[in-house]
Amino acid sequence: MAIPKVVGIETEYGIFVKGGESNPVLASSVLINAYVAATSPRIGWDFDDERPGSDARGFTLDGGPDVEMHLVNSVLTNGARYYVDHAHPEISTPECRGIREAVVYDRAAEEIVRCSMEYSRSVLADDVELLLYKNNSDGKGNSYGCHENYLIDRGVPFGRLVADITPHFVTRQIFTGAGKVGSEEPGTSVSDVPFQISQRADFFEEEVGLETTLKRPIVNTRDEPHCDPVKYRRLHVIVGDANMSEVATYLKLGTTAIVLTMIEDDTFPNDLALANPVPAIRIVSHDPSLTRTIGLRDGRRMTALEVQWSILEAARRHQKRRGFASVEDADDVLNRWEQVLAGLASDRSTVADVVDWVAKERVVRAYAERHSIEGYDVRLKALDLQYHDMRPEKCIASRLGLRTIAGADEVRRAMTEPPHTTRAYFRGRLLAKWPESVVAANWDSVVLDVGRDPLRRVPMMEPLRGTRELVGSLIDSSDSVVELVTRLGATPEM
Amino acid sequence: MAERVHKQTPASERRSDADTENVAVPVTETGEKLKAELDDLLDEIDEVLETNAEDFVKSYIQKGGE
Repeated sequence: MAIPKVVGIETEYGIFVKGGESNPVLASSVLINAYVAATSPRIGWDFDDERPGSDARGFTLDGGPDVEMHLVNSVLTNGARYYVDHAHPEISTPECRGIREAVVYDRAAEEIVRCSMEYSRSVLADDVELLLYKNNSDGKGNSYGCHENYLIDRGVPFGRLVADITPHFVTRQIFTGAGKVGSEEPGTSVSDVPFQISQRADFFEEEVGLETTLKRPIVNTRDEPHCDPVKYRRLHVIVGDANMSEVATYLKLGTTAIVLTMIEDDTFPNDLALANPVPAIRIVSHDPSLTRTIGLRDGRRMTALEVQWSILEAARRHQKRRGFASVEDADDVLNRWEQVLAGLASDRSTVADVVDWVAKERVVRAYAERHSIEGYDVRLKALDLQYHDMRPEKCIASRLGLRTIAGADEVRRAMTEPPHTTRAYFRGRLLAKWPESVVAANWDSVVLDVGRDPLRRVPMMEPLRGTRELVGSLIDSSDSVVELVTRLGATPEM
Repeated sequence: MAERVHKQTPASERRSDADTENVAVPVTETGEKLKAELDDLLDEIDEVLETNAEDFVKSYIQKGGE
């Protein structure tokens, strides 16, 4: 039986120092510190359980990715983590049970970044400004990620998971792609590929693997469950683009959660395996006409759209027979999935308000036409970058009438309040109520200072415990963290 | 959010013939309205786009992440 899908998104933003020296690590620290200083007491991240070198295939890589302990790293009262990763500010949403809810928290993360830009002005010289971009490449061969996370059943054989999820990861970009002017694939120029569907497709070189910074794999094997490792796996997905369109984020998370449920229940069609996934992901991305075909292992050739229709049909069958209790919002996701595929198959302009690459391509085309630009022009690349600009007065995406699904009020609330139905509730509420007692926190535990006694680590190995239903009144009615810990001790089923 | 681009009706919501009959605006007029909106949008983009696109694109250099 498929387990409830708990999801989250981590986004690295592009950062650019306007009018100042380009030091992205320092700039990212300034940005985050400005936000933390203005909004909350700083709570450090606890690195005890970080094992990014641990591989889902069952071995540990020596010299695996380093955890950078010296950089800014904060936990927010909404349960999110806001930190410097390599040379980028990164924000991870709290764990969400709902797909739409995760979109709300991703939007809240954007607003947190916007506030951070605003707050940072007070510590910077007048002519210096930090500019942030929710994209995934600088157009010069450097990429940074937007990763998704999904809770899945440890019992699913990893080999089958890789085989089944790959066709979805290669083809879902036709509605999740954020669009890009030009190509960063070595040996491919902007005249070969004037515009492509995905920001990220050029950077994938392996089918499966542990790396995230070089030789990027379509399926990432990082095995850090951040919860009970006997029961669960956290699928860490690095293949996606950061989306400006809320509906695109919703579809990216929703369709993937549905496919993972089918994999857990073994109802995913076994005839969609691709012959060569790595070239295929670029073939799909480099073809905005959506007409090129990719080879399947059984010898057939299909377009990305046809692969998506096949996956959707299988999902409809699953829905009819067993339902999708594991995925909140599943019925709505399925309807929107069908709509977007129908729109892409018939009149592209009908999905220009939900699909980022379609919206971007349309405005790039119209701009080129107005200015009589034939072929490549640097203004088109500027337009591409500015599609993702976090400054409201400079952002192109926000001017294109993209549909929204998150309300302004709930986004504002989500900047400070945690989701109610995951352990993020416990983490966030503790930080809000007893900031001086929370020494450190991470995904699966909180370390508390309970006065004279040694520090207490409260483990949170179950992502669906620590919810408002389970601990809300306990937190509300405790006068001190000591009282809370004592009463928690009496309620092992937190 | 500026609503400059004509909001398209999703395919699934405009399949029935009855809906098609209800479209009162002549095609040419809709086309002109769309074009006017797109013109407005492009005017705005001309204002919003970084004045020195060359310099902006050249200096937008990121370190790889993840």
